[in-house]
Amino acid sequence: MSIDEKKLNGVQDKTRRTFMRNSGLTVGGLIVGGAVGSLFGMKSSSKTVPTTAPVQEMAANPNEALMFFNQNQYQTTAAAAERIFPKDETGPGAKDLNVAIYIDHQLASPWGVNAKDYMMGPFKTPDEKQGGQLRTLRKDLFLLGLNGLDDYSNKKYKKKFTELEAKEQDEVLVDFESGKAGNLSGVSTAAFFKMLRTLTIEGAYADPMYGGNKDMQGWKMRKYPGAQMGYTKEIQSDKFVELTPHSLHDHMGN
Amino acid sequence: MATKLPKVPVVIVGMGWAGGIIASELTKAGVKVVGIERGKDRTTSDYLMGHDELRYQHRTELMQDLSKETITSRNNKNMTALPMRSYGTFIVGDGVGGAGSHWNGQTYRFLPYDFEIKTLTEKKYGPNKVKPEYLIQDWGITYDEIEPYYDKFEKMAGISGETVEKYGKRTNPYPTGPMVKTPIMKEFETVTKKLGYSPYVIPSSNLSESYKNPDGIQRGACQYCAYCENFGCEYGAKADPAVTVIPVAKQTGNLDLRTHSNVIRILNDGKKATGVLYVNTITGEEFEQTADIVVVASYVFNNVRLLLNSGLGKPYNPETGTGVVGKNYCYQVTGGATTLFFNDREFNLYGGAGALGMEIPDFTGDSFDHTHENFIHGGCIRVTQYGNRPIANNTVPKGTPAWGEEFKKQSIKYANSTFPIKVQASSMPHQDNYLDLDPTYKDAYGMPLLRMTYDYTEQDREMVKYMSKITKKIAKEFGADIMETSEEQAPFNVNKDTNTHNTGGVIMGANPETSAVNTYLQMWDAENVFVAGSSAFPHNSNFNPTGTLGALSYRAAEGILKYIKQGGLLV
Repeated sequence: MSIDEKKLNGVQDKTRRTFMRNSGLTVGGLIVGGAVGSLFGMKSSSKTVPTTAPVQEMAANPNEALMFFNQNQYQTTAAAAERIFPKDETGPGAKDLNVAIYIDHQLASPWGVNAKDYMMGPFKTPDEKQGGQLRTLRKDLFLLGLNGLDDYSNKKYKKKFTELEAKEQDEVLVDFESGKAGNLSGVSTAAFFKMLRTLTIEGAYADPMYGGNKDMQGWKMRKYPGAQMGYTKEIQSDKFVELTPHSLHDHMGN
Repeated sequence: MATKLPKVPVVIVGMGWAGGIIASELTKAGVKVVGIERGKDRTTSDYLMGHDELRYQHRTELMQDLSKETITSRNNKNMTALPMRSYGTFIVGDGVGGAGSHWNGQTYRFLPYDFEIKTLTEKKYGPNKVKPEYLIQDWGITYDEIEPYYDKFEKMAGISGETVEKYGKRTNPYPTGPMVKTPIMKEFETVTKKLGYSPYVIPSSNLSESYKNPDGIQRGACQYCAYCENFGCEYGAKADPAVTVIPVAKQTGNLDLRTHSNVIRILNDGKKATGVLYVNTITGEEFEQTADIVVVASYVFNNVRLLLNSGLGKPYNPETGTGVVGKNYCYQVTGGATTLFFNDREFNLYGGAGALGMEIPDFTGDSFDHTHENFIHGGCIRVTQYGNRPIANNTVPKGTPAWGEEFKKQSIKYANSTFPIKVQASSMPHQDNYLDLDPTYKDAYGMPLLRMTYDYTEQDREMVKYMSKITKKIAKEFGADIMETSEEQAPFNVNKDTNTHNTGGVIMGANPETSAVNTYLQMWDAENVFVAGSSAFPHNSNFNPTGTLGALSYRAAEGILKYIKQGGLLV
């Protein structure tokens, strides 16, 4: 167990004890409400844990692989997302946060095929006060958008999107955002851009199990503590309390 | 062909707050109840991975599957309504607990003014204060009459709060004390007191302390973990039908709970219901459940849609003003906020609870003089601390680009340094805001979708302007570096607006000509059908709807027990 892990477990255990005390769950009586009692047993601090672990195994992340994009699509996505959320003095950008891995996994998920959306026709052009009415699936629109980025870059600069300077990439994205870059099989580039922007923010800040927010660096950047048991003490403090973030993995207890 | 099931005394459609409360009260009284729920059964153990912003909030895990059913919307009668294809404004709950699982837990009583709004407005301001196109009407019940039911709901849910002198008289104090105060709440308190207002802590179903309710259900205190709205509470601290009334009903042995069962029609002979027709959503098999009494307790939209699709009650006609089903659809106005940005102060905004905040009662209902205003009713002016989750909260000062280096810098800079002084205002009914069946779009079972015709009214726009001045005045006292006020109410947009406080469509009242149900939520046109939910509200107040929905559900349960004994119309 690394020092960091020990620290994490320490915090976790302390939080649980505080929770037991504050919530009055130790008082007794019929507890129909809470499922947390069963959680306590999941990660016993007395459990024997190997004290050393091979360094390579820690570093390897089998989740960093593609289930939807080809390499070229992945590179274009990574480059575009980096312009939306660039590396700067505030911290890592989309590339270092594995945002393109996140996007790949999302497009391969039921969300990518609009599984929970109403997809029955007729599909009509909406008034600006009405919600989107696209027949095109998210995964298809995204690929159309990636092709569109290259086509538009070629038209404007005679280069692929990934070969452009950052400033040129921004100019292309600005035209996509406004819809000035035209249509992608009948869908405005603005619709693609909106999805790309949303996915980029999600990939920076969603739980790391989804593939982005690498090492919780997105959270650390904005001092967000992730998934913790509670903040009864912290929210009453006049001073800002910066906590070491936890991800859902810490709730697994294995 | 549907499989016919043996007749039961009561069938309830929907196992959220309304259905859960009624199921609990009836089964405790020894009545056998079949509870039909289209979603799945849920307990707190489903939420151990609950602190997942993406899954629950942005991928709407607890919400109705729109691929099966949605609503269509338009801003006025001249537009073609189009389906809400993905979630924006309304997050419609699904499964045992319904919206009562994913709610924030802000739990109010409506004002005495609300229940007699027409009478009291005319008495104070004369008969011409409200234009005739605004269909305000009394509820057929007074605050004093509904008070015992509020009390019952609050004791069951364990509401945490403090008595507010300016509101309706209480028989009992809140069962648990108010939630904790955070620095931004304390500052709001100081500032508003200085301005002469009377701040109080928002009444909450998140539980400020461990609590055992009259049914023997014990729940632990809120941990302020910041995952309420859109989420289920793994602690069971947030009152949810799945941890309060449903287990009580189950324990009696009198509840036959059928999940994954979607009611598509209420069977009836034009005078009375005979049962319901439902589909098992997993197998596609159809069942006909006959019953002596049918309780319609699904969400607002589906309550209206079920009645219309079943030919129960007279549909509202906006041209002639006749009919009642679909009438007085109201929403919740939330424009007029002022957002504060601080350059050198950080707050622990990552923590919080769904019903954590402070507000002032001074501009609610008719607590202030409306003689010179072009609107009636009012709003709560408040500061809240729900817990700022990082995907959803990237507020940046106006003029900041929506992406790129500057966006990143500003959104991170203000991640823990911005919050709004908000407004939650009432919504008055208008003749052109209503619900009916869509002529084109259908659900997965071939039944017409519900069509919503709605936009903010002149009254709403006037009120937002007024409230924005108050939020600005309060915000100024905070000494923020940047202050931004939204002074105008934008048109309604089904994918952009901000809450799920939908009301009306099957409204209650004293007169069958202008209401669909009586004050026991019994249908005037079909005495063995009770329609429970915020669909019964003739208008929406400036408070969250659940407290009133809960109180009315207790009253409906009492009515149903009475009806079982005596039959006939109860009023």
